[in-house]
Amino acid sequence: MFRRFAPLAAGLALSLLVSSTAIAEAAMLNVSYDPTREFYRDFNKAFEAQWTKDGHQATEIRMSHGGSGAQARAVIDGLNADVVTLALQADIDAIAKKTGKIPADWRGQLPDNNCPYTSTIVFLVRKGNPKHIKDWDDLTKGDVQVITPNPKTSGGARWNFLAAWAYAQRKYPGDDGKVKAFMTKLYQHVPVLDTGARGSTNTFVHRGIGDVLIAWENEAYLALQKLGPGEFEIVTPSISIKAEPPVALVPGNADKDGNAEVAKAYLNYLYSPVAQKLAAKHFFRPFHPDDADPEDMTRFKTLDLVTIDDFGGWAKAQPHFFGEGGVFDTIYKPQQ
Amino acid sequence: MEREGIVRALPIADPASAADRSLAADPARKPRSRSTWHAPTTERPFAKWLLIGVALAFLAVFLVMPLVVVFVEALRAGLGDYLDAITDPDALAAIRLTLLISVIAVPANLVFGLAAAWSIAKFEFKGKSFLITLIDLPFSVSPVIAGLVFVLLFGAQGSLGPWLSGHGIKIIFAVPGMVLATIFVTFPFVARELIPLMQEQGAGDEEAAISLGASGFKTFWLVTLPNVRWALLYGVLLCNARAMGEFGAVSVVSGHIRGVTDTMPLHVEILYNEYSYSAAFAVASILALLALLTLGLKSLLEWRNAEHLRSTRGH
Repeated sequence: MFRRFAPLAAGLALSLLVSSTAIAEAAMLNVSYDPTREFYRDFNKAFEAQWTKDGHQATEIRMSHGGSGAQARAVIDGLNADVVTLALQADIDAIAKKTGKIPADWRGQLPDNNCPYTSTIVFLVRKGNPKHIKDWDDLTKGDVQVITPNPKTSGGARWNFLAAWAYAQRKYPGDDGKVKAFMTKLYQHVPVLDTGARGSTNTFVHRGIGDVLIAWENEAYLALQKLGPGEFEIVTPSISIKAEPPVALVPGNADKDGNAEVAKAYLNYLYSPVAQKLAAKHFFRPFHPDDADPEDMTRFKTLDLVTIDDFGGWAKAQPHFFGEGGVFDTIYKPQQ
Repeated sequence: MEREGIVRALPIADPASAADRSLAADPARKPRSRSTWHAPTTERPFAKWLLIGVALAFLAVFLVMPLVVVFVEALRAGLGDYLDAITDPDALAAIRLTLLISVIAVPANLVFGLAAAWSIAKFEFKGKSFLITLIDLPFSVSPVIAGLVFVLLFGAQGSLGPWLSGHGIKIIFAVPGMVLATIFVTFPFVARELIPLMQEQGAGDEEAAISLGASGFKTFWLVTLPNVRWALLYGVLLCNARAMGEFGAVSVVSGHIRGVTDTMPLHVEILYNEYSYSAAFAVASILALLALLTLGLKSLLEWRNAEHLRSTRGH
């Protein structure tokens, strides 16, 4: 029996060796969130080509995707990210605070608050818009079922919540009670709160639950493209929020791995015409609209956009709305 | 609850009662109509067919249908797309990593399981029942917790984290952590399979061997091991099936780096989340095939060694 296992053990040692040498070749890791998969697949190819063309050693860009909060947690627990490209400023702040691997003043090291691309929150409805959904108001009418993830666990869901809040605030200026009543009514129309944005998209698109999905604009267009344009339509509300997914260097890891140079170049390249064009192609609103394909730009309807700064920034909005005992806890009651 | 379940299951059993009705016309049933007597060990035909029907319907709905769906969905986009999906570099890396983890975790648990079962079955010592309980622990602990425990131990914020990173050792979000998590989750399989058998066999054969002058190792090699080899093989196969299929614990410690720390189950989830449904099912079908292969191997062994099994298992 031992004789039979000897080759196995040898093979094992060999494969371990092979895998460890594979890890040793030049590579850098971008820890990102779910909806950026398609964009970064294209962007990484473009960057890798440019990087070698500029006379540098070929470097493989590795990707890790997941829920934004979970990804930040993984970096805090030691996932060796050279750059992070997450959904929320608060998630990068958490890494900076807990590990010190990112300087506290990271926001502002790159243009536009470290956001090379932005997005907003729109509605995805079923073909022909049978429930005649035009604006936030329509989500609270009749038997309309709304699909949105849980703002406690999902970054995207927080943008959804704040976008709806912005609408209610404009409709009932200065009347906090009515705003809260509107939000309560809205969440009474939510049959299921998924934990993440992709989960909600799957619930709406694949399981066929709900009449309207509140989603990232880029997610909505992606779902439209991937799952058949004939089945769904996108409705842009009158007012929404400018969702700013930030990017940041993680010097604490990149310096140690000797990846600082490539990681910085990687982030700067996000603002290049090539990257901006790719961002628009993948349904993100580019920082430099002039670099994008004009045809891609026609998708982005103009609408009133509030920003997180209108809510006092994430540092204030996060605990106020989504913290333990915060606004969301007071307005949301799970349905029986 | 229980009652409700049975009531709801009844309509599913409809084909069975139809079969029952058609039996009424069966000439073989005639002698029974003359007398109401039936053997105490045979059920009434109605009950018998109802039970068989329920069991078959249950099997069909919960086992056969999902398995068929996996393969149908995998091949929906055509054979070309299927082959593309499973030969994609990331998918191949996932398959390689899954096999690598199994190849480490299974032998480790084979050695451990054998040692644990041997000491528990052949010796008397204090704390034996405690040890048996401990071995079962991974069965009762949720795999997610198992993964989290390793993150808390070896993660950057964990108790051993700073020391490990100071020495440049990577465990969490790398292959070693995934191997550890898999070993933890598949810990009991071999031991659990061996302990009852070895306890039943007792230490008589070994005592005889030793009294005839065999050395300890020789006794183990020529007496103990042959006595348990089939149970050992089952344990290994089960352990392997679980090691390849483990999701929760591995997901927590993986870090989800594409092509580097993605196993097959994790890759299936990634593909599904990327709306690549047929690719997700294609990779899932490979996992299912591996499981079927394991099952087939087990049945083959059982069939070829039926004789031997009866003698060692005593029934």
